[in-house]
Amino acid sequence: MPDSVLHRPLELSPDVSVRPEPFGALLYSFGTRRLSFLKDRRLLDVVQALATSDTAQQACASAGVAPESLPAFDAALSRLLRTGLLVERAA
Amino acid sequence: MTTAVPLVEHFALGLDAPICLTWELTYACNLACAHCLSSSGRRDPRELSTDECKAVIDELQRMQVFYVNIGGGEPTVRSDFWELLDYATSHDVGVKFSTNGIKVDAEAARRIAANSYVDIQISLDGATADVNDAVRGVGSYDTAVRALGHLHDAGVRPKLSVVCTRQNLGQLDEFKALADRYGAQLRLTRLRPSGRGADVWDELHPTADQQRELYDWLVANGEDVLTGDSFFHLAAYGESLPGLNLCGAGRVVCLIDPVGDVYACPFAIADQFHAGNVRSEGGFAKVWRESPLFLELREPQSGGACASCDAYDACRGGCMAAKFFTGLPLDGPDPECVKGFGELALSKVEPGTAPRTTVDHSHKGGVRGGPVLVPLSLRRPDKPCDESPVSREVFA
Ligand code: SF4
Ligand code: SF4
Repeated sequence: MPDSVLHRPLELSPDVSVRPEPFGALLYSFGTRRLSFLKDRRLLDVVQALATSDTAQQACASAGVAPESLPAFDAALSRLLRTGLLVERAA
Repeated sequence: MTTAVPLVEHFALGLDAPICLTWELTYACNLACAHCLSSSGRRDPRELSTDECKAVIDELQRMQVFYVNIGGGEPTVRSDFWELLDYATSHDVGVKFSTNGIKVDAEAARRIAANSYVDIQISLDGATADVNDAVRGVGSYDTAVRALGHLHDAGVRPKLSVVCTRQNLGQLDEFKALADRYGAQLRLTRLRPSGRGADVWDELHPTADQQRELYDWLVANGEDVLTGDSFFHLAAYGESLPGLNLCGAGRVVCLIDPVGDVYACPFAIADQFHAGNVRSEGGFAKVWRESPLFLELREPQSGGACASCDAYDACRGGCMAAKFFTGLPLDGPDPECVKGFGELALSKVEPGTAPRTTVDHSHKGGVRGGPVLVPLSLRRPDKPCDESPVSREVFA
């Protein structure tokens, strides 16, 4: 299990474009030319809330993620961070 | 956070906008390749004007289409080609374009290098001039290799795009070496019996043994080789290959042709697969979202004669266009079914009864140096959906 990213300020990489879809969202990185998927509408809400939240955890809270679901969202956000779709926002 | 339905099923039901949109800017082409999927050659006088093209780009931007695959014909022979390219990339629509290299000189290469939202793909159908020029025409190998050289010098990493044929499948390692020499990424695609491809399919399409060798080669070398949705019918051999493993026609894929007609797939230019025109009220978005044809293609498909096949989940019956233009039922096996059911089905098709495209812009009487492989029929081939339109990264 990678370290938690919940306490960190994250945002979408400026290279990445997000398109909501019925099943969640498509993410396209103009940097790597890769397409990825968010298979969950709530994960999309979290990602969209990042820009206006101080931490990833706050974004989860404002998207209505229940505390028991936090680990799953933490893992998904870490993977998005590792693949460069999310980046850490300069404080 | 898993959805009950696999992602591929969502794709099968369609998306709000295409992922893999091909836009052929012109039917004009300097070449006359024998297997051209769009029967290109002569410019169509009804071609979309510069302003109409820009309006289409504006619409793609609104729909958040991430990128378009531009082709033709030879798109770079349009005098507004570079203008449209810049217009698209400055409106959040990335461009991947496919060319035979005719206009790719040192200056063009620098221009491409300077725009990080542009990818270029050079078409070449033989790793040697003799094999290539037999289908693409005399001098086309040199043109392509010269273009690769300019791109390499400018620091661009192009794609080298190959339509796999009976004549060139023995050259896979040579293609890879050629791509490596120019810092290019190899892209292998399937020959479909579309456009003039129907005229030469019997002579050019790979044999069953070659398909098996190709599959083994892709399993061994496939990680860095792009194939789009070309070879998912080979998944019936066992392992599925990277790329889009379903027919995305009308669901994630479609074509806008040079006169604005929208078809389910670049390999399906035929009335049966015509969904509308971007010039009509509501434009492309309305065609994509509401055309009866696309809505029908997004309905759950029955496997037909394939339903009882143990490989159906991987192969899904193969390519709709390949079936259509060889005269096979759309809900049965692909003509190149690896289990041999396609051949069996083909043997029952009355010769000469397979449907033909009615959209033909072939040069009358061929072009100088045109292909000589099949003297009866001459012209050019090409690409569709770029790399795996689908990376394998799926989150949650
Ligand atoms: S018809 Fe064939 S080429 Fe077109 S999207 Fe389907 S599988 Fe791909
Ligand atoms: S029978 Fe149909 S599903 Fe089975 S391998 Fe052949 S084309 Fe594919």
